[in-house]
Amino acid sequence: MLNIQYFASIREALNRSEEELELPGDVKSVQALIDYLVNANPHFEAVFIGGGDSKDGRVLVAVNQTIVDRKHLLSQNDEVAFFPPMTGG
Amino acid sequence: MISIQNEDFSLADEYAAIRTRAGDAGAIVSFTGLVREIYGDASTAGAVQSLTLEHYPGMTEKCLKDIQLKAEDRWPLLATRIIHRVGELYSHDQIVLVATASAHRNAAFESAEFIMDYLKSEAPFWKKQKSANLSSWIEARDTDKTALDRWQKS
Repeated sequence: MLNIQYFASIREALNRSEEELELPGDVKSVQALIDYLVNANPHFEAVFIGGGDSKDGRVLVAVNQTIVDRKHLLSQNDEVAFFPPMTGG
Repeated sequence: MISIQNEDFSLADEYAAIRTRAGDAGAIVSFTGLVREIYGDASTAGAVQSLTLEHYPGMTEKCLKDIQLKAEDRWPLLATRIIHRVGELYSHDQIVLVATASAHRNAAFESAEFIMDYLKSEAPFWKKQKSANLSSWIEARDTDKTALDRWQKS
């Protein structure tokens, strides 16, 4: 099972903090997972589309607690997290 | 040493602790970050009543450890201390402490700044501000990213 977590403004916009998902066979990359999630949840579109990989992308992705780009390939049991640029300190 | 905590910290206690741990240090630098009253566009937001700090448990600790190791690779540090608070904080509260100890001041000054610059851009913390009129997430600033550039160039 894939564990997916959402943080901060992304969590609020999606109204979801965490979910478990059986990785569908045709979902190989982070981008494919995003497409899958948007397809399954129409209200995800406004949050994910337009984010992209640009330096100022509004949605960052971490897999197993390391930031990755959207081409990153997923494995079953990965921990995936979506969140906005950090504002700590 | 790294802590993510709700509780406040005492600079005096932390200073005493790192001073003991650092042995023969010739320099200790500490930085404390405080909650300000104004973030972003003050005209629309108004004075901040409180700030809520959210983080990604697990990744936060891993990230701060990585940053500490990068700093230790780069400067001859005798001890480091990082504390970041989470939860609800108010104006003038302490948010973050970074302290570094080394034989000489340059290494202590530079490494403390390096750790703060990386912490701001890479550690998964998010601030939400609450003022009289609204509650909103604070946006990341470009200046925090450009602060990293100088460490990557040199």
